[in-house]
Amino acid sequence: MRIENHPILKWDKGKKVRFFFEGKELEGYETETIAAALHANGIRVLRESEELHRPRGLYCAIGNCSSCLMVVDGVPNVRVCVVKLKEGMQVQKQLGKGELPK
Amino acid sequence: MINTQIAIVGGGPAGLVAALTAAELGAKVVLIEQDSALGGQLVKQTHMFFGSEKQYAGKRGVDIGLMLVDKVMKDENIEVLLDATAMGYYPDGVLGVNQLEKFIKIKPEKLVVATGASEKTIAFPNNDLPGVYGAGAVQTLMNVSGVKPGNKVLMVGAGNIGLIVSYQLMQAGVEVVAIVEGSPNIGGYLVHASKVRRMGVPILTSHTIVEALGETEVTGAVIAKMDENWNIIEGSETTYEVDTICLAVGLSPLTELVSQSGAKITYIGELSGYIPIHNEELETTVDNVYVAGDIAGVEEASSAMVEGKLAGAKAALDLGIKQETAKRIINEAHEELAQLRNGPVGERIREGIRKLGEVR
Repeated sequence: MRIENHPILKWDKGKKVRFFFEGKELEGYETETIAAALHANGIRVLRESEELHRPRGLYCAIGNCSSCLMVVDGVPNVRVCVVKLKEGMQVQKQLGKGELPK
Repeated sequence: MINTQIAIVGGGPAGLVAALTAAELGAKVVLIEQDSALGGQLVKQTHMFFGSEKQYAGKRGVDIGLMLVDKVMKDENIEVLLDATAMGYYPDGVLGVNQLEKFIKIKPEKLVVATGASEKTIAFPNNDLPGVYGAGAVQTLMNVSGVKPGNKVLMVGAGNIGLIVSYQLMQAGVEVVAIVEGSPNIGGYLVHASKVRRMGVPILTSHTIVEALGETEVTGAVIAKMDENWNIIEGSETTYEVDTICLAVGLSPLTELVSQSGAKITYIGELSGYIPIHNEELETTVDNVYVAGDIAGVEEASSAMVEGKLAGAKAALDLGIKQETAKRIINEAHEELAQLRNGPVGERIREGIRKLGEVR
C-alpha cells in the first residue's frame, strides 16, 4: 500500500523498524505513525466499538476523532494516527474501553 | 510559570503567521503545538495556492509551510512548545499546557487561539466502517506518510477539498471512480474541477451516498440521484465496487479551548458551524483572547494566514508595541482579506461575516 512513484513528493522514511500487530511481525519506518505503518501493511481494522463491537478504523488522522484508539505496549486508548512507530512495539486491536496497565 | 507577552495555540498557517507578525514587531511569543512538528495541515497541501503574491500564490502549501516553520524556528522572540496540548485558559489569565504528560503553566498577556478545524462526517448506513475516511485523513496518509488509503475510491463532496484530494489520489496511483455532490452545483473552483474531469472522473451533482457496503471493511458504495428537494429518486441507485469512501463534506471549527475560556459561541452555517463570536479585529468576548484561522470560520489556508497576521498585529498593538507599524499591518490585513473574500466565491463567507456582525 506504499506509493511507489509520485510526481511531486519524496519521502525520507528514515530507519526501518520491526513491530508487532496482534503478535504478527511487520515492518514500518520510525518516521511514520503507527496508523500509517499498519495501512502500509494493508491493515485498516484497528479496533472494535465498545457496545456493538463494530469494526473501526482511521477517520481524521490528526488526533481529534478517537476512531483509531488501539492498545500499544499494553497501554489502551493510544491515538495511533498521531503516535510514531518504534522498534519492537506491540500493537493490538482495542476491544471495548481498554484497561489501564497494572 | 512561564511569563510571556503573547501565547499562540496552534502551529498551523494562522498560528505561524500570528507568531511571526507579533515577533517581528518585537513581542515575546510562546507558540504551542499539539503535534510533534509545526505546520498544521499545510504539510499535506501539495497543490499550488491561489490569492495574490502576498499570500504566496503559485507556491505549494507544503513549501509555504516549510518556509514559515523555518522562519519561526530561527526567530529569537518565539519559543516553540511541541507535543504540547493547551488544556484550559482560566480567569486568572493562566494557560495550562500538557507537554508529554508534564503540566506547564503559562501566563500570557494576550492569547491567540488558532486551533483550526476538524472533519465533519455525514450520516448513512455503515459510515463507521474502516475504509470510510475524512478527506484530510486521506491527504495525511498519502502526502505525509506516502501510504495509499486503498486502491479504489468514491469521493463524497465536490468542494475544493473533494476536488483537490481526488486529484492527489490519482497522483498517488489510486483510482477515483466518481465524485458525488449533493448540491446541484460544484462547490470548488472550476480549475480544480476541470483537472479531475480531464482525467476521466465524473462529477455527479445532485447525487448522494446512500450506504457503504461491507462486513469488516468497505467493499462498495451505493449512490443515488436526488430531486430538487434533496430526496432520493427511487430506482436511481448505482453501486460501485470500491474499498475506500472519502468524505469531503466540510470542516467544523475546533472551539473547545476558546469555549472553555468563557468566550461566547454562536452558530453560523456559512462559517461552518459553531464559532466564537469575534469582532473585525478578531477579539473574542473574553478580554485578551483573540482567534485566527479556521476556528473563526472555515476558509482557505490563505485567509487563515492573513487572519494570523491580523491577530498577531492586533495583540501586539494592544500590548502597546510599535503602534504605528502594527496599525499599518492591520490595515493591510483587512485589505487582503477583502480581496480574498471578493467575488462569487466569497459570497458565502461575506454572508457569514454579516450574520456574525448581527449577533455581536
